[in-house]
Order: sequence, then structure tokens, then C-alpha cells
Amino acid sequence: MQPMMTNDLITRLTGELKPVPRTAVIMRVATGLGISLAASAILMLLWLGMRPDLAEASTTMMFWTKFSYTLILAVAGAWAVKRIAHPLGSIRVNLGLMAGAIVVMIILAFAQLAMTPPDEYMAMLKGRTIAVCTFNIVILSLPLLIGAFWVLRGLAPTRLTVAGAAAGLAAGAIAALVYSFHCFESAMPFIAVWYTLGVLVAGLIGAITGRFILRW
Amino acid sequence: MHSIETRLKELMLASLAGDARSYGVLLSDVAKHLRFYFLRRLADAHKGDADDLVQETLMALHTRRATYEVDRPFTAWLHAIARYKLIDHFRRNRIRATVPLDDVEDLFAPDQSDAAADRMDVQRLLQSAPEKTRDLIYRTRIEGQSIAEVAQSTGLSETSVKVSIHRGIRAITARLKGHAANDDK
Repeated sequence: MQPMMTNDLITRLTGELKPVPRTAVIMRVATGLGISLAASAILMLLWLGMRPDLAEASTTMMFWTKFSYTLILAVAGAWAVKRIAHPLGSIRVNLGLMAGAIVVMIILAFAQLAMTPPDEYMAMLKGRTIAVCTFNIVILSLPLLIGAFWVLRGLAPTRLTVAGAAAGLAAGAIAALVYSFHCFESAMPFIAVWYTLGVLVAGLIGAITGRFILRW
Repeated sequence: MHSIETRLKELMLASLAGDARSYGVLLSDVAKHLRFYFLRRLADAHKGDADDLVQETLMALHTRRATYEVDRPFTAWLHAIARYKLIDHFRRNRIRATVPLDDVEDLFAPDQSDAAADRMDVQRLLQSAPEKTRDLIYRTRIEGQSIAEVAQSTGLSETSVKVSIHRGIRAITARLKGHAANDDK
């Protein structure tokens, strides 16, 4: 770019001024995460497919526990992306909410274990999909991570590692929500460990890459 | 500090509503503050980057103005962006910050350093005037009292006040010329 006098720049920017609606940031977060949620859902449907017994499963407590758990994490994560998009933004409240949800899930897991004969513990923890659950959630989180990064790159996060972590956690949590429509596992300990791990790994990926990708 | 916040925030709110005139005023004002802010934080070798940083920050203010939350202080928001740009500049150029990166008051503190230096120069120069006339010069030329006022309060006649001041100024001028001559050597 040609070196330009500050005054010329001010004239140019003033000429480009358009009114900004107060909801502009929320709209951008909703657009970015909404589109990438659709992408992640399509990926899930084509690659993994909806669980065949969805109609039946949707009458069980376990399905809704899984749904609520991932939904709470997803909402807290998406809200964190919105908050960290502002300079001086802090996501402490959101992290607290997520930590609280995880603790509740772990308590539920222990409660279920307490009602189970000890020789079934490992079966409950491993389920039948232990090898792929966390991995699948992380893969499904990738379109969402791209969407969250797109959201943040147009806004003004000033702490990039934290912003990356927020993007990753949101992506992981929304991906877990998407994945819960495929996954037929129904033991609390399984959800508490492998779903949570998927969300945290996505958060870690976001934190590590964010400080490079999110620069502005 | 408070009035700057009030003023700039009003301009910013008008700008967000689309008022180009307020926006122009806001950007020019902000540019001035930013220039001082960056100049004070860049080492001598990098002072030339200050204008680039000002322009980059103005661009960021423009493209990211939606992230200003209207219930928060504008100055804090702008400072966070300026600080981010400065740190990014250090990072890109592998410069270690040797000046503490302090907080928001700093961006909008009136720059006192020149005024303080001037005051010290004046005190030193006054030393070269005869003792009796120092006070007279100070009161008329620095504090801005009139000859009549000074004459009245010191009990001297107006003419002798004028003469004393004249002589004192001449002594100071001579001292300054002497300095200049010394510097030439």
C-alpha cells in the first residue's frame, strides 16, 4: 500500500461511514456459527448418519441428558465467542458456566456408577465407540472452528490465545451437540469422559492456532 | 480525563448512528492522542513508525467499530485497540517492550513533559538576571501581571520597574547568546 497521510485516511474513512446497528456483533456471531453448524451437521449426516433409533431414543432420559449437557456447553461457548470479540472482553463467566456443567455431568456419572455393579464399570465407561467418539467430535468441530475464527477475525479480540480457546470450546461443544444425534451411547460416565474430552481437545486446538490465525 | 471521555463518547455514538461530521472530528481528535501515545512508547530508532501505527489503529477503529459497546467507556475501548496494535508491532518487529505498557489514563493524559522542561529552562535562565529583577520578570512576563500592579506591590515607580526588567532581559539574552556561541565551538 502507498504511504498515505493520516488526514487523507481520515477523509477516506469518513466518506465510507455507514451506520452500525447495535446488534452487529451478535449478528456476525450468529451468522458465522449458524452456517458452520449447518456444515457440521451435513458432514455428520453424510459421514456418520443419524442414529436409526432416534424416534425411540428421543423418549429416553439419557438422550435428553446428553442433549442438554452439550446444548449448555454450546450456548456458553457461543456466548464466549461473542464476549471475547470485544477488546477487553472476558470469558470468565462462560468458563465458569462450562465448568459447572461438566461438574454436574461428572456427579451424574458417579451417581449412575453407584447404582451399577462394579463389574460393569468398564463397560459403561468404554461403551462400544470409545475409540472414535472423541475423534469424531473433534473432526465435526473443524468446520465450526473455521466459522468461529471467521467471526473473530472481523471483530476485535485483543487476547488471541483466550479468543482461540473460546472459539475452540464453542466449536467442540456445538460439534458434540451435532454428534449426539448420531451417537447411541447411553451411559453417563461415557458422556462425562469422552464428550467432555472432545470439547476440551477442540478448545486446545483453538487456543494453540488462535494466536496465529486471529491476528489483525 | 472525564471530559475527554464524555466528548469522545458522544462523537462515537453519533458516528455509529452514521453522522459523518462527528466521525471526522472524532478521528482527527483520536489521531492526535494516538500519535502522542505511540511516540512516547517507541524507542528513538522507531519513532518513525508512529504514523503507521496511528493509521493502522484508525483503520482498526473503523473496520471494528461495531465492537464498541455503548454502555462502556470509549477511551478504554480505544486504548485496548491501540495497545493491541503496539504489542503487535513489537511482536512483528521482534522488539522487546522496554517502556511499561500502562493503562488507559495514559492515552488521554495531557502531555506534560514539554511544559515541565520549559519551566525548568525558565528557572535556569532567570538565574542569570540580577537577583532583584528576577521576581519582577517572573511576575510580569510569566505570571502576566501588569507593570502598574507590580510597581504598586513593590513600592517602586513604574519607570524603575520597566528599566529593571529591561536590564534583566538583556542579561538573559546575553547568557543565551553566550550559550549559542559555546555550542558552536
